[in-house]
Amino acid sequence: MKIVIKNGRVIDPATGTDAMLDVLIEDDRIRQLSAGIKVGEGSGVIDASGCLVLPGLIDMHVHFREPGREDVETIIGGSMVAARSGFTSVCTMANTTPPIDNQALVRFIKLEAEKGPISVFPIAAVTKGLQGEEISEMGELINAGAVAFSDDGRPISSSILMRRALEYSRMFDVPILSHAEDLELTDEGIMNEGFNSTLLGLKGIPGESEEIIISRDSLLARLSKGRLHVCHVSTGGSVGIIRNAKQAGIRVTCETAPHYFSLTDDAVADQLSMAKMKPPLRTETDRLAIIEGLKSGVIDVIATDHAPHSLNEKMQELEYAPFGIIGLETAVPLIITVLVKDNGFSYIEAFEKITINPARILKLPKGEIKAGAEADITIINPERKVLVDEEFLVSKCKNTPFMGRELYGSVEYTISNGNIVYTRK
Amino acid sequence: MNSLKRKDLLDIQSLSTEEINLICRSAKYFKDMFTRSVKSVPVLRGKTVCTLFYEPSTRTRLSFDLAAKRLSADLINFTVSTSSVVKGESLIDTVHTLEAMKVDYIVMRHAASMAPHFLSKNINASVINAGDGFHAHPTQALLDAYSILEKRGSIEGLHIGIVGDIRHSRVARSDIEAFKKLGAKVTLCGPPTLVPDEFRIYGVDISYSLDDLLPHLDVINLLRMQKERQRGSLFPSLREYHKNFALTVERFRRCRPDIIIMHPGPINRGIELDNAIVDLPNTIINEQVTNGVAVRMSIFYLLAGGAPLENLPEEQG
Repeated sequence: MKIVIKNGRVIDPATGTDAMLDVLIEDDRIRQLSAGIKVGEGSGVIDASGCLVLPGLIDMHVHFREPGREDVETIIGGSMVAARSGFTSVCTMANTTPPIDNQALVRFIKLEAEKGPISVFPIAAVTKGLQGEEISEMGELINAGAVAFSDDGRPISSSILMRRALEYSRMFDVPILSHAEDLELTDEGIMNEGFNSTLLGLKGIPGESEEIIISRDSLLARLSKGRLHVCHVSTGGSVGIIRNAKQAGIRVTCETAPHYFSLTDDAVADQLSMAKMKPPLRTETDRLAIIEGLKSGVIDVIATDHAPHSLNEKMQELEYAPFGIIGLETAVPLIITVLVKDNGFSYIEAFEKITINPARILKLPKGEIKAGAEADITIINPERKVLVDEEFLVSKCKNTPFMGRELYGSVEYTISNGNIVYTRK
Repeated sequence: MNSLKRKDLLDIQSLSTEEINLICRSAKYFKDMFTRSVKSVPVLRGKTVCTLFYEPSTRTRLSFDLAAKRLSADLINFTVSTSSVVKGESLIDTVHTLEAMKVDYIVMRHAASMAPHFLSKNINASVINAGDGFHAHPTQALLDAYSILEKRGSIEGLHIGIVGDIRHSRVARSDIEAFKKLGAKVTLCGPPTLVPDEFRIYGVDISYSLDDLLPHLDVINLLRMQKERQRGSLFPSLREYHKNFALTVERFRRCRPDIIIMHPGPINRGIELDNAIVDLPNTIINEQVTNGVAVRMSIFYLLAGGAPLENLPEEQG
């Protein structure tokens, strides 16, 4: 099966390519990348006029809730949401019920994902049962298919355990993904601590709750020479700490999520529990610092932290509702609208964060458009507007603060492993 | 302005200064009525008020009950023990049940901030906030404002001190908003653990010394100190709190002679204020309670679309 993608603007951050090129896909591989590829007999053709042709997008931080909460989302269901949203690879976090802390469960995810449209790379727990007490069998987990380790959803509170995890994982050269939060300092906070939490009478989570643990983990990465990747960076202070750590030669990378460069804690008064997540939405100063961190490259990755919660759980008093919002469907539109259109990012600057950078951090054979590479391609029309509504959101759960927003950036086609897994109707 | 053109009364922030004045003017009418032999009027006849309390309260609930009864409303009470919140019916389902019973007004007290705002987005009945978490207690602020207005005629230019646990106080937040809208200068006083700097967003001053502040105040509002805050190390002991921030007889001597002393109740004698302070003519704690009923009647009346009331007609026969 051959497919030629014609008339598109190919953006490949891995090579810095930004050119009008055609792409020939044969079976599960990219065969050719050049101008004016002839369409042979029996070949399919995609006309990508006015569109960006990108390496298939990679979201290194999603929660698909399976096993345990299949009512909220499943591996296959989540994979279909991802495909519709332009993603050909996702990494599922380990905080399911039971948590992904043994090889059988890693294999279960891989097997389940084979029935879905895209590639799923499991992240396994750092500690057994996510209890933060003993490190998991990392070697066995990697053999089964885990690509990194994280107790995401909760921090690793013990400094010595974090040190051991960073040390032990060195022999596999995989990163420890840190949910950076000082739970004691968070106390019972539910939104950013600041003017808005004061006005709303809601308990605050100071930025320092995140920054203290990022500082600690950076120093532990220095001590252990392990690889640290900081999840969902939300404050300007965190960006500064990571910048310094990188300059000092510490092996640290980090990610932020689209909501941290798109919204501030001003959204809480109106959106209530739909704007409740951890870490919380911060201030405008923080939002601008996150954008600057992305621009300068201190922040390596954009990941969605896609966290479905049922409407029943979210339609409660703000204090009782769970933390988390969905992020897959709105990721591309927010990147195009906020980073490219509002903040002048080049397509390469914007999309390296969600293609080659996560691929390199996790050593995935993904994120590039070149002859011989796996045929994962995402085609986006950056000028076509989308309306975030019930129909646009294909997740089982529609917990998002972006409902009703009109944004630029429409996913037109998603091609995974040579198969067209999504076409905009 | 003829009446409150709004469905709900959720917080002071969303009220205009005119609306606050309107509520206070009509409250005067209802208060005057209290001295009469017949203290009720048929303003809410045929309407149903439900008090929905997710947090224990005696005085606020009694005050709302009495206000509703004096307006001839049908009244039902719904108390939900906090412990059943987790396993019990959700707030939304509870309120849909009330709505199915065709309740017109829901007076809600809830331990979770913003719960009435969440509710108001999902229900047709009027929601009156009787206190949510640390966020707002608008009827308390309106009765506090009314009580000062009654004594001084105007709040413009008065220097009002609010003393105590500001951080965890919905009364403080609503009072600050109401007093600022009416033109007062407001200073917050307490230890930094209980008076966070973020409160400066309201345009208030912050003082850590009651002794420095007291001689300048026209009004002092003493907040109830919750003993359990000590456990979070927000202050070391009630003894030290009393020493620094209680209104003692000795401190009272350094106040302006006409200072108004307020407290939202219930008072902790010997913690926020000394016994002898309670009985001073400057202290209007009991009048605040009386005014609370009048202000809540005024709020029900105006939310029902009532026209402004200025003067009580002469009592017949």
